[in-house]
Amino acid sequence: MAWVTQTLSSSLGRKVIMSLTGLFLSTFLIVHMAGNLQLFKADGGRAFNEYTYFMTHNPLIITVSYLLYTSILVHALMALVLTRHNSASRPVKYAYSKPEANSPWASRNMGILGTVLLVFIIIHMRTFWYEMHFGSVPMAEYDGKQYKDLYAVVKVAFAEWWYVLLYVLSMVAVGYHLAHGFQSGFQSLGVRHPKYTPIIETVGRYFFAFIIPAAFAAMPIYVFLQVHGIL
Amino acid sequence: MKINLKVWRQKNNNTPGKLVEYQLDNISPDMSFLEMFDVLNGELTKKGEEIVAFDHDCREGICGSCSMYINGRAHGPQTGATTCQLHMRSFNDGDTIVVEPWRARAFPVIKDLIVDRSAFDRVIQAGGYVSVNTGSARDANEILIPRTVADEAMDAAACIGCGACVAACKNASAMLFVSAKVSQLAILPQGKAESQQRAERMVAQMDAEGFGACSFTGACSVECPKSISLDHIARMNREYLGAKLTSDNVQG
Repeated sequence: MAWVTQTLSSSLGRKVIMSLTGLFLSTFLIVHMAGNLQLFKADGGRAFNEYTYFMTHNPLIITVSYLLYTSILVHALMALVLTRHNSASRPVKYAYSKPEANSPWASRNMGILGTVLLVFIIIHMRTFWYEMHFGSVPMAEYDGKQYKDLYAVVKVAFAEWWYVLLYVLSMVAVGYHLAHGFQSGFQSLGVRHPKYTPIIETVGRYFFAFIIPAAFAAMPIYVFLQVHGIL
Repeated sequence: MKINLKVWRQKNNNTPGKLVEYQLDNISPDMSFLEMFDVLNGELTKKGEEIVAFDHDCREGICGSCSMYINGRAHGPQTGATTCQLHMRSFNDGDTIVVEPWRARAFPVIKDLIVDRSAFDRVIQAGGYVSVNTGSARDANEILIPRTVADEAMDAAACIGCGACVAACKNASAMLFVSAKVSQLAILPQGKAESQQRAERMVAQMDAEGFGACSFTGACSVECPKSISLDHIARMNREYLGAKLTSDNVQG
């Protein structure tokens, strides 16, 4: 199996690991966003709570969730390994460098954006994931069946303006991260073709870098406005 | 033209270097950047000071010898050209120009602006060739190659190995150079036979030389004097992954 470890520890192999975990996390965002759109339903959180019940009890979803946690960790750790290696590849830095002349800002700052996202994910999971699994969540009853009322937790969290602001800013970071990350994932796998690359770039630039983060950012804003009686 | 220069001076790889300022008063806008350095070295010689060491050879933009990082960019502000094809008319009277050598762990400074680029030679030696028996010349049309394929191979073969891609990359990655060399052979029938071992060996050598990984910023292609496309990097990724997954080399 020497060839496997050698492939995965080569500079190209490490980028493949970044690509596969990154693209998996990108597809997760679609599911996560689509499910959470139920926060916009004006039913006192019933649809959302039924959805969270399904997500925490379906064996297939639970299995995929472990793949998700692993992907986040591997993506972050491999990024650390690559960043250290890349930084060591230029021990003496330029006295004067003008990288903005030849490359987009996001492409050069994926590590900083990723660090922001990792901090966000930790805060986000502490607020919702940890409460749902280990915290004391109030119960709600629909048709005689007991559900954890995660919607109540959502309302409490998004009632704070600074917490909403943190989410909105983090979604800007998601946008920049994916504007570069999504299309780069395909490049690392060698998927580049005059027919498909423009499609991949468009999907990355508009869907992953704009629509998805905008939809996510709308959720805390909407709940905030609703809790404070503005909507 | 009056030009203020800040040039990296370094005695050798074991001595730390520093930027040294020089003023030049009579620079013609029609001079090439290297000719401006010739004027500087002429003045330094008259004063009995040591001249600035820099690489140059053909001065026609085709040999890949010149290697200066000028005002924060490989080969200076213009694109698609080497330092020797950069002219002083690209600058304004009274400008301050900072000139540094390529900076990468794999390219140690030999002196001043000259770096040791033999890492590129070792990558080529690892697999950037086609093993054919030499003999009498083959018939020109013995192996038919479609025009588009020949053009694509030629675009990759335009690489002059100057190292601007490494110099411009934030990771000092050699991906554009290595991929151009992998590409130019991989897509031609003569090179296909050895394409798997070539990709494996050249990437392994690239890593062993201490170049960084690809962040796909595109800086390499923008600064490349031959404007080599990022398509070749994708092709090398394909070649390498395909080789790793299907070659019979179990040892790696």
